[in-house]
Amino acid sequence: MMISSIVRTAIVSLRRDSGALALSFILPVVFFSIFAVIFGGRRDSTPKIKVIVVDEDQSRASERLLQGLKQEGSLVVKTRPEPVKGAEQPEYTATTAETAVKEGAAPVAVIVPRGFGENPIAFGPADASRPTIQLLEDSSDMVAPQMIAGLLQKVAMTSMPDLMAEQGSKYFDQFAGGLTQEQRKRLNDGIRYLRERQESGAGAADSGSGGGIVAVKARAVVGENKNNPMVSFYAAAIGVMFLLFTASGAAGALLDEAESGTLDRVLSSRVTMTSLMLGKLTYNSLLAFSQLVVMFLWGWAVFKLDFWSHIPGFIVMGVCTAVAVAAFGLLLASICHTRAQLGALSTLIILVMSSIGGSMFPRFLMPESMQKAGLFTINAWAIDGFTKVFWRDEPISHLWPQVLVLLCIAISLFAIARQVARRWEYA
Amino acid sequence: MFSPATWTSNSSVPLRIAALVKRFGQVTAVDGITLELRSGECLGLLGPNGAGKSTLIRSIVGRVIADAGTISVFGAPADSMAARSALGWIPQELALYPRLSCRENLQSFGRYHGMGGAALGQAVERCLGWATLTDRAGELVKNLSGGMKRRLNMAAGLIHQPKLVLMDEPTVGVDPQSRNNIFEMIEKLHSEGMSLIYTTHYMEEAERLCDRVAIVDHGKIIALGTNAELVRNAFGSRSQVLARFAGADDRVAAWVKERGGHAVDGSAQFTIEHPTEIGGLLEAAAKAGFELVDVSLRKPNLESVFLHLTGRELRD
Repeated sequence: MMISSIVRTAIVSLRRDSGALALSFILPVVFFSIFAVIFGGRRDSTPKIKVIVVDEDQSRASERLLQGLKQEGSLVVKTRPEPVKGAEQPEYTATTAETAVKEGAAPVAVIVPRGFGENPIAFGPADASRPTIQLLEDSSDMVAPQMIAGLLQKVAMTSMPDLMAEQGSKYFDQFAGGLTQEQRKRLNDGIRYLRERQESGAGAADSGSGGGIVAVKARAVVGENKNNPMVSFYAAAIGVMFLLFTASGAAGALLDEAESGTLDRVLSSRVTMTSLMLGKLTYNSLLAFSQLVVMFLWGWAVFKLDFWSHIPGFIVMGVCTAVAVAAFGLLLASICHTRAQLGALSTLIILVMSSIGGSMFPRFLMPESMQKAGLFTINAWAIDGFTKVFWRDEPISHLWPQVLVLLCIAISLFAIARQVARRWEYA
Repeated sequence: MFSPATWTSNSSVPLRIAALVKRFGQVTAVDGITLELRSGECLGLLGPNGAGKSTLIRSIVGRVIADAGTISVFGAPADSMAARSALGWIPQELALYPRLSCRENLQSFGRYHGMGGAALGQAVERCLGWATLTDRAGELVKNLSGGMKRRLNMAAGLIHQPKLVLMDEPTVGVDPQSRNNIFEMIEKLHSEGMSLIYTTHYMEEAERLCDRVAIVDHGKIIALGTNAELVRNAFGSRSQVLARFAGADDRVAAWVKERGGHAVDGSAQFTIEHPTEIGGLLEAAAKAGFELVDVSLRKPNLESVFLHLTGRELRD
């Protein structure tokens, strides 16, 4: 009897606490859905890996390899950058492809060198004189480069069986003393058949196995000198998530002041609502920036993050991120009527934003649709900016998209918060 | 001590309210109030909870926008910068920063009023002295006693040396000793010529502190004058008899009503022209079968006036 009374009281209380209800039932479902999508619950949206291919050889073999890669369903092969204002861009070269990988346009670039077609495949030990395919990789993506390396071998097997047979006969000539005329004729017929079959497209989908038949040399072009590759990513990712929590908590001071009557007293002085909110925005921004400083200094001291050589970029991204999260916190506080409401709402929104925006799981590993959804979060833009600074060593001028978006977010959220705060201005 | 800061004004009348109306949905909190405060006067707004006193005060400080009517503070409209500078508002709530010390709170509110430098320092020390908190200046507000917080709350409203101070029930939740301290602080201000508006639902406070009293009920001023004027207008030269009877409250109440009196806190209250009428009343009570516990004769007070005008007690 007593136990049921206690249960009944608790149920009634929960039913009237919309924040607790949302945290109990909506947040788990939302989280479950987000992670289900990220980890392949929907197969059709599994992310495709972008790969840049530079064909310096322009031979039949390199063309076959390129075609083979293009036919791989898990790859998006790019041979030239996206058109700019409708104008087609020139094909990638080894240099521009390396820059593109550094800038994050793709995690891997495959450079097929001149002379590759003369000796495309090799059985046996590596031959230093043979032209080698170069794999330029961004080591922050731990999956894509390995996958491409494997696929190159597979494509070599499936897309150029004729070349393989031809190469095989050369090896036979070299090591076994050659073929008779009759044997040579039959082999050539076979190779011709394979070539025709390949050119008609019949053999493209065949699966094959084997390894090391095309010579590939991988080289990290991003993060190759980093002491601890993922620290800068996580310093930004985790940092931004906690910044959001701190900012909404700090902005909650507005609610405390409204409840205690202090806000009324302040607004009866010469302080206007706009100046009060600008003051809160400034304070919350300083607080957020200080948090970032502490976080990155900790990363430098403990995890050898290269902090000191990236100070200007850090300041630019730090300030923009701090102002954006401060405005976000003010908006949440303006919308809510009590601290309890603010706690529930901010937890809900921040956790969802952080999961979609890449604070919990790198965005490049997410499905395409999820990556696009992430662009609606502060986390994604802030993390992208910090990654440009600390991972890709890009100049400050390259930060303009992140700076622009974060400042626009800050201005918009602050403007809305100011509008919502009219309810405190007058009765 | 609290010489008001200099600022431009085009009127010597501290406060003028004309036909003020404020509605919250279906409820009319202020219903056509017209009022004028004289310079150096302490005017009491006396009324029960929910009478509209706080809404009136909040309208004066510009925190409530009236639906109709006008308010001018030394000739300046409410919510103008001139009015804000001239007004000192002591809200009912403890509107302080709990994690700041007494001195830091006063400094903050002083800065919000545009003060700074030596002038602010002097104003802070003066306010601390007035609130007898000089020796607790460095103490965090959250660690102060209830009475000290109240005194600091009042001091914060005076930091910018206003010319007109609005006090909204400043003694709510205060023990008798602290209440007395607060009265002394207000009397000191008043003696220095400060114009004051003091809202309360305690008749004793209005009687002790105020030159004139406006009795407020249901958003209207139902009587305005000095204490003596209000009593004289309501009762003339009549007196009041208070009688207490043992048991049978409902029967006593019905009998009191029948005889034209009021039942208040278990006592019967009658208005009489002459003390000799007491005998007749007691005789009638005895005939009705009521056992008299005690009886007293008194001059009517503001509580009596409120009861007389509204038929209700001040603390209803």
